Amino acid sequence: MEILKFITAGSVDDGKSTLIGRLLYDTDAILADQLEALHRSNRKNDDGTIDLAILTDGLKAEREQGITIDVAYKYFQTDKRKFIIADAPGHIQYTRNMVTGASNSNLAIILIDARRGVVEQTNRHSFLVSLLALPQVVVCVNKMDMVDYDQATFNQIVEQYQVLAAKLNLKNITYIPVSALKGDNIVNGSPNMAWYTGKSLLNHLETVEIPVDDKASHARLPVQWVVRPQTEELHDYRGYAGRVSSGTFKVNDKVTVLPSGFSSTITKIELLDKVFDEAVAGQSVTVHLQDNIDISRGDILVSSHAHPEVSQLIEADLCWMDTRALDTSLTYLVQHNSKVTRCRIQDVLYKFNINTLDKVYEEEFKLNDIGRIILKTAEPLAFDVYQENKANGGAIIVDSRTNVTVGALMLRAAAD
Amino acid sequence: MSKHHLDYLDELEAEAIHILREVAGQFEKPALLFSGGKDSITLVRLAEKAFRPGKFPFPLVHIDTGHNFPETIRYRDEMIARLGEKLIIGHVQDSIDQGKVVEQKGKNASRNALQTVTLLDTIAAHQFDACIGGARRDEEKARAKERIFSVRDEFGQWDPKRQRPELWNIYNGKIHKGENVRVFPISNWTELDVWNYIRRENIALPSIYFAHERDCITRNGQLMAAAEYLNMDEDDVITRRNVRFRTVGDMTCTAAVESDAYLIDDIIDEISASKISERGARMDDKVSEAAMEERKKGGYF
Repeated sequence: MEILKFITAGSVDDGKSTLIGRLLYDTDAILADQLEALHRSNRKNDDGTIDLAILTDGLKAEREQGITIDVAYKYFQTDKRKFIIADAPGHIQYTRNMVTGASNSNLAIILIDARRGVVEQTNRHSFLVSLLALPQVVVCVNKMDMVDYDQATFNQIVEQYQVLAAKLNLKNITYIPVSALKGDNIVNGSPNMAWYTGKSLLNHLETVEIPVDDKASHARLPVQWVVRPQTEELHDYRGYAGRVSSGTFKVNDKVTVLPSGFSSTITKIELLDKVFDEAVAGQSVTVHLQDNIDISRGDILVSSHAHPEVSQLIEADLCWMDTRALDTSLTYLVQHNSKVTRCRIQDVLYKFNINTLDKVYEEEFKLNDIGRIILKTAEPLAFDVYQENKANGGAIIVDSRTNVTVGALMLRAAAD
Repeated sequence: MSKHHLDYLDELEAEAIHILREVAGQFEKPALLFSGGKDSITLVRLAEKAFRPGKFPFPLVHIDTGHNFPETIRYRDEMIARLGEKLIIGHVQDSIDQGKVVEQKGKNASRNALQTVTLLDTIAAHQFDACIGGARRDEEKARAKERIFSVRDEFGQWDPKRQRPELWNIYNGKIHKGENVRVFPISNWTELDVWNYIRRENIALPSIYFAHERDCITRNGQLMAAAEYLNMDEDDVITRRNVRFRTVGDMTCTAAVESDAYLIDDIIDEISASKISERGARMDDKVSEAAMEERKKGGYF
């Protein structure tokens, strides 16, 4: 069984809470105390059915008391798959929250209100999905019950969205007409929309392919820890422990250590009492090399056939996540895989107006701003282009005064 | 194009190992909080996978209320002997003797709440900068929002408003002196995932998880193991029951459930079935008490 991680994008008005509530409710994923609260609650819809939005509204009440911020994670499973929902609230700190949630997701559900069609907010959601390079998108045209389940309305919205998707270079988009409130096409099909012959949302989530990025097949393994017991019987044991971030490493593969550039051959791949012929993306392993090379945490093992970029001057997209604005005169820390080094934002090229998708030329970078910058690092980073290899193309910026994570970086190209 | 996808248990395992190795790489003095329960036992297996054949880069820390099930202590000591790793024990009795906490009185007296003080003192005494714990996000709502690297201030407090965004698989462990980070490598696991992993890995557990005959009394509608630590009186009737424990805490606050689950397969069946009954709104007191127990356990961290 596989795990699919997804994020839902949409304001409360679009029915996001109801959609999540419906998915959890109809797949029996609601805990006893929550369900009891649901039945006790006096909030009912016009037709007397339970208001499923309460499931996430319960969290909102906490937020209003100042307990909650950011993303909550919810879990459910069916016979076919396990699911993790990154539930990013659609409120003031929207951009930061959505970037956080989307960074770990394989799929985004974008909700569109059937009565309103593509609106400014849809641009914003879709831009972020494109920027974070989510490989799968589901556009749920919600509240179909409010437009008499009209096929022409749905088709019109699909056409509208296709224009936007082309502009943003979004791929793998699936369109589903739904009513989260009434349950049409969420878990079960809908007798109200016989004209729709595609899958229900849940059925789609259960069966959609989770793509591995085409160019991400280049083998990468950031070294996290060197296993070196130095005991009598294991005197010469030296294992490089880490998680394969992309591609596959096989025994006898030629590998290069970056940034030093030394090469060697893999002699063994193991984990505790298991020995593997190969290690695939996502797997945590310990690797042995033929030669004794100086390798430590922060280095990365890569396939000798396909090196990443190695640079100290890097063009990147930046999402700023802190209430203190970016200060280009300050030195920050950049954390890329297991590597931490000092950095400065050398140049702000432009910002994006994420509602209109236009470029804006202004230096000031505030909370929730996204733009393109030139990053200068104290030590070189061995990175891939984020859009081609998310695992080796993402990085964070840490403010060394507060130790807080203040920026998300999507690395694009060496700039020197 | 690579199409390899890991099975969910492999993926959860790989993620947890990655997190443990980040702790080793980023902190000076980490520790693994070990309670003797299934979640921390799972953490120990994951640590073996992360660091063997090397030693663990951290000690195990057990906060001992002094009211533990003898089976748990026996398990703990046998496990440490097998692992050859360091165990640090923080005794709640010491905190009582030092006058830092006061033993509760009355029929429902428990040392459960007292152990937080002992934990914080133990962290301070050893200057631990990271404490690995076995809490999971599916345990309760508040936990669903907690980060995998969760920063605590010098008073051990979690401030949900000051949480750092946690992006991709990058964990920011930078802290100021006096602060520490609680790290939860199995955040994304559910209770059932833990059980399935224990079954797959064939991990030994303390015997109280499995059905056995035991002298019990009924307290506030819950079945409690009859023990000298409980303040018993003539109203308490001791009966012999076939029980097991769903969580492992101290004897004064951990309730038993009647069960015939002698094998791990039986337990998994039992939990799967009880989830359905929980969700089917046919909630009886027993189940809700068990849920409460889980929450208390979450509060410990």
